[in-house]
Amino acid sequence: MNKILWIVLIVLVLTAPAFLYPVFAMQLMCFALFACAFNLLLGYTGLLSFGHAAFFGGAAYIAGHVIKVWGFPPLVGIVCGALVAAVLGYVIGALAIRRQGIYFAMITLALAQIVYFLGLQLPFTGGENGLQGIPRGNLLGIFDLNQSLTMYYFVAAIFLVGFLIIYRAIHSPFGEVLQAIRENEARALSLGYNVDRFKLMAFVLSAGIAGLAGATKAVVFQFASLTDLHWSTSGAVVLMTLLGGMGTVFGPIVGAVIVIALEYKLAGFGSWVQVIIGLIFIVCVLVFRRGVIGEMARLAKVKTA
Amino acid sequence: MMRLILAQGMLGLNNGVFYAMLSLGLAVIFGMLNVINFAHGALYMLGAFVALLLYSYLGTWIGIDALHIGFWPALVISPIVVGLLGIVIERTMLRRLYSLDHIYGLLLTFGIALVLQGVFSNYFNISGTPYPAMPAALTGIVNLGFMMFPKYRLFVIVFSLIVCFLTWYVIERTRIGAYLRAGTENPELVKAFGINVPLMVTLTFGFGTALAGLAGVLAAPIYSVSPLMGADVIIIVFAVVVIGGMGSIMGAIVTGLALGLIEGITKVFYAPAANTVIFFLMVIVLLVRPAGLFGRQK
Repeated sequence: MNKILWIVLIVLVLTAPAFLYPVFAMQLMCFALFACAFNLLLGYTGLLSFGHAAFFGGAAYIAGHVIKVWGFPPLVGIVCGALVAAVLGYVIGALAIRRQGIYFAMITLALAQIVYFLGLQLPFTGGENGLQGIPRGNLLGIFDLNQSLTMYYFVAAIFLVGFLIIYRAIHSPFGEVLQAIRENEARALSLGYNVDRFKLMAFVLSAGIAGLAGATKAVVFQFASLTDLHWSTSGAVVLMTLLGGMGTVFGPIVGAVIVIALEYKLAGFGSWVQVIIGLIFIVCVLVFRRGVIGEMARLAKVKTA
Repeated sequence: MMRLILAQGMLGLNNGVFYAMLSLGLAVIFGMLNVINFAHGALYMLGAFVALLLYSYLGTWIGIDALHIGFWPALVISPIVVGLLGIVIERTMLRRLYSLDHIYGLLLTFGIALVLQGVFSNYFNISGTPYPAMPAALTGIVNLGFMMFPKYRLFVIVFSLIVCFLTWYVIERTRIGAYLRAGTENPELVKAFGINVPLMVTLTFGFGTALAGLAGVLAAPIYSVSPLMGADVIIIVFAVVVIGGMGSIMGAIVTGLALGLIEGITKVFYAPAANTVIFFLMVIVLLVRPAGLFGRQK
């Protein structure tokens, strides 16, 4: 099943510019990667972070600053953004894993709010306006990223690399331990695993890749804004993961595509988008907890059984 | 300088009573349902909007233009409306989630918060609508010796403290409270004694949300009534709850008041830090006493 989905994914990624507006397709990939990174934590480690916007948006600001003000090429900026997000993930993660369950969610939300206020108040962030006019520049001095198709394949490469890292992490012994923690933390502890260290490693990895996605988004749209840091972005990524199927490899991608497409289609309806997003949340939690891919996998299993 | 600290302290205390009332509601709900109510902020906003609607819009809707239901009736009606909505939410939705991981309760109430906030954002200016019906008896200022303080704000502080105290008294010192606390510890056993625990759970949620509605009405004349007022405050209240720990009713009240006070005083010394100081205190508490000041370490 995974093999087929991989092929479908790669074909879709390679051919998307033929039937989608490239900027829209790039936005999809950035948020899909963000959701996959988030899923590593929620779906595979059982930790609900309500502050992932801090990494996504934080990396966007860092990448923007490194590229625009310091004049580094976009790849350097993106890598810097991801690294800073990973460091931030280490700090926030180390604090948040001191408590469990819903306290974890509240702590990450509150800590992300500090990052939000930093984004509002620090001198280099542009306050309410955000960081605008980030140049796309060129890749390795050869490829001109102002060409939207070149930019598209650059983003596609980042997306696939990021996704592959997550895929490998999930299917490695490390990923097995994470799932053991999700299923039964006390048992994993009694088997001699340093649970806190594994949780923290998962958090740092998730934050770093969320940062990769955010930094890439900043280069695609050429700005970093307070919206990227806002709690509603943290909420959106939770919804993408939940809707697509948490704890499934490909679910978050599907969820991200649905949520972004919905926001795009409903852009003219003002705050009704928020109402609809809220209603989807409610429906998902009440009757659709497995998500799209989770339900599909269940149906497939029923059929073969 | 001292005057300034006292003055900002009073304003901080004013915010603090809102933190106290909201974290109290969260703690009461959490104790009984094990649910963190993300919609608490949105219900607080709803409380303020019900007061605004009763005064400014209801008359026009039902065709009696002269009808303006003022502050005092709103102080009763609004918490009832919000509490009833809470009861509906508990009965129709939350109830289905008790056997699942607690995070589902958080996610469900987050969705409810988005719906409420989105609906009001459609019809009202997000930068806020002033509440025009401040009761005449409470307009003006009083001289506290060290500062002139708005009479209404003083009323809010005193009134909220009384509400908090009564809640504490009922839960910690009466028979109903004893049932509640027993239900928190061991619902099965309490059920076996013939007490209707599911009803108790519903009423507890209704009461907790009604507290949020009450806080909303009290807030309406001070802050302008905005669809976003709940979202801004709920994150702070979450931090308050992490700092205080949710094991103790009195803990929630005291922490809320103290943090409001600290936030106010921070404004005197370094204003830009005022909106983050509570979060930084949360970090310190997590480092020093992870279970929270009044929490029980598991």
